[in-house]
Amino acid sequence: MNLVGELVLARNQILQFTDALEDSSFTAATQRLNLITTELQERAMKTRMQPIGQIWSKFPRIVRDLAASCDKAVRLEMIGRETELDRTILESIKDPLTHIIRNSVDHGIESPERRREAGKPEEGLITLRAYHEGGQVIIEISDDGGGIDLERVKAKAIEKGVIGTDAANRLSEAELINMIFQAGFSTAAEVTNVSGRGVGMDVVRTNIERIGGTVDMQSPPAGGTMLKVKIPLTLAIIPALVVTTGGDRYAIPQVNLLELVRLEGENARRSIEYIHDVPVYRLRGSLLPLIHLDEELKSAGVARFDHADSQEAPDNAVHEVSSDETVNIVVLQADDRNFGLVVDEVNDTEEIVVKPVGKQLKDIAAFAGATIMGDGRVALILDILGLAQKAQVLSGVGESSRHDEKGASRDGDDNVTQPLLLVSLDEASTGAIPLSPVARLEEFELDRVEWANQEPVIQYRDRIMPLAFLSREVESSARHRDHATPEREDSDDRGETMQVVVHSRESESIGLVVSGILDVVMADVRASARTSSGSRQSSAIIQGTVTDLIDVDSVVSSIVPLSTERADAGLAGGTSH
Amino acid sequence: MSGIDSQYCTFRVGEMFFGLEVEQVQEVIRFQSMTRVPLAPAEVHGLINLRGQIVTAVDMRTRMGLPHLDDELPMNVILTGDYGKVSLLVDEIGDVIELADELFEHPPNTLGNDVRELVRGVYKLEGQLLLILDANAAIQVAA
Repeated sequence: MNLVGELVLARNQILQFTDALEDSSFTAATQRLNLITTELQERAMKTRMQPIGQIWSKFPRIVRDLAASCDKAVRLEMIGRETELDRTILESIKDPLTHIIRNSVDHGIESPERRREAGKPEEGLITLRAYHEGGQVIIEISDDGGGIDLERVKAKAIEKGVIGTDAANRLSEAELINMIFQAGFSTAAEVTNVSGRGVGMDVVRTNIERIGGTVDMQSPPAGGTMLKVKIPLTLAIIPALVVTTGGDRYAIPQVNLLELVRLEGENARRSIEYIHDVPVYRLRGSLLPLIHLDEELKSAGVARFDHADSQEAPDNAVHEVSSDETVNIVVLQADDRNFGLVVDEVNDTEEIVVKPVGKQLKDIAAFAGATIMGDGRVALILDILGLAQKAQVLSGVGESSRHDEKGASRDGDDNVTQPLLLVSLDEASTGAIPLSPVARLEEFELDRVEWANQEPVIQYRDRIMPLAFLSREVESSARHRDHATPEREDSDDRGETMQVVVHSRESESIGLVVSGILDVVMADVRASARTSSGSRQSSAIIQGTVTDLIDVDSVVSSIVPLSTERADAGLAGGTSH
Repeated sequence: MSGIDSQYCTFRVGEMFFGLEVEQVQEVIRFQSMTRVPLAPAEVHGLINLRGQIVTAVDMRTRMGLPHLDDELPMNVILTGDYGKVSLLVDEIGDVIELADELFEHPPNTLGNDVRELVRGVYKLEGQLLLILDANAAIQVAA
């Protein structure tokens, strides 16, 4: 793997020379080298991939033995055995998966008598399902058992002192379910030799998070439980956000990233408040503790001899925000706590190759490794958990802020509030888009809009993404621009851009073009919604403004059939040999 | 070191003349731009990209408690061993020389502590002494 990496780098250097030399026979030779290297790289990646069925093969036996010892009848169904995963990841999910399955048999599936009473077949069913989705592997472990007894979880949480009674009553269902991931938590009424000893789901979660994955527990109304484990395809390459602080670049793994907040000028000074010198920011009504990355990293205060360029300013211990300054806050999640990391600059997201660092640096908790950026320089990868622990945002005090956070959803009756993305549309009207299916916010130059079959599309990540103009103004300027191609040189607003909300559904993306991105709010849309007759839009009052609720489904369905065809065509064209 | 002459890669740090067995040295490269590592021990000067591999650079001057040179860029001596790859930043690279074992002697006890833990032995050359660096000790930096 390392050798292949070196080969790729050497190839890249040779390719650069080729461009300069203009020798046709040399060019042909390097082209061949290029092709072979690419193929070799793909093959090398493939040898690391192995089907998940390998670690599943011993599960039927575990289930059978365990079921027999608990006097239960359990059938195990496995779907998607052939799903491939990086070998190293495969190893590290083996134990957590085994644990989850044991749990399902022991706690999930009820005894045959109780199942009969509930009118279910005596034989319980555990389903393992693995599939690829959006560059990740998803493993679902579901059972048709009794589901999670929320009242018992709540009682247990209060008993263990994990949470106060008031706070417990405010938690939503999903939050309660996720309480089982707390350390030392077991709702099993009695301790069996299989489970219930309090080392459980928290270990499972720690193990899965260590490899950059997430675990999510759902208890569908139909009964039973479903655990969804999401893991990256490979440990070696991860998506990350690159930020700059103190002249150095750092990569933040995207799994930790929640959102980005940019405060400008007056707004920045006003919205950052201090509690006894500790900066906080009110993010949609809840307090977000802030950490300044440069302070955290410079605290060692070592002057380096040839870094004159990056030592531009002596450490200014307290960050007074001046009025013309912008503040970039990267909102991160570590161990269920949110905090804001203040950085000088947010650059871009990139797929980075994680490289190990020498043992001299292994002890620094703030870094998870290093990577090599496009220009050949090394950048450090931040370990968000380590950084948070160092800055002590995870210590006990966090508990209360955590529940304040939960309090945000308490004003509505259970879960009718949802995060909405506010965008500006034509003539200063405002629209709201449900945030959850929004994959990214992008800015494109208007020039990049192309037309296929009279429909607007854009090239996005090597695919063709159809565009839906929610704003007539932007649409007309995009159309105009395209027809006026010859005179483009003298149009003075050539760099004009448009804001696009990239909306993802079942691996299809469509771009919703809006006039501007305003904010993200939590709002209860059902209470104030009013549907105007004959239109597919409804309106609601959000933050004191009448806002059009954009029915993304209908917008999407109006163009998606087209897009599926296109994407297929585009793919076929791209991979033909 | 029984009877057979050993080859040493030599370099200078301050006024001292060091040698390392050639087997331990992978290559010598010019100074490269580095990414500094906040929070790291002072000896760790930064990280360099060695053809796709990330190598920690340990500054020998800091390691031995010497002040930095302002006007000269150090050289990288890339070491390889059980510990992986580490780069030592040194002032100047010398020749590879072959030395007979008779010239070898253990370091005198009067040597200062900073330097003594780094030196395995001394070769008495004409006009100067060559200190044999203990690579494992050299890259050992307090975290």
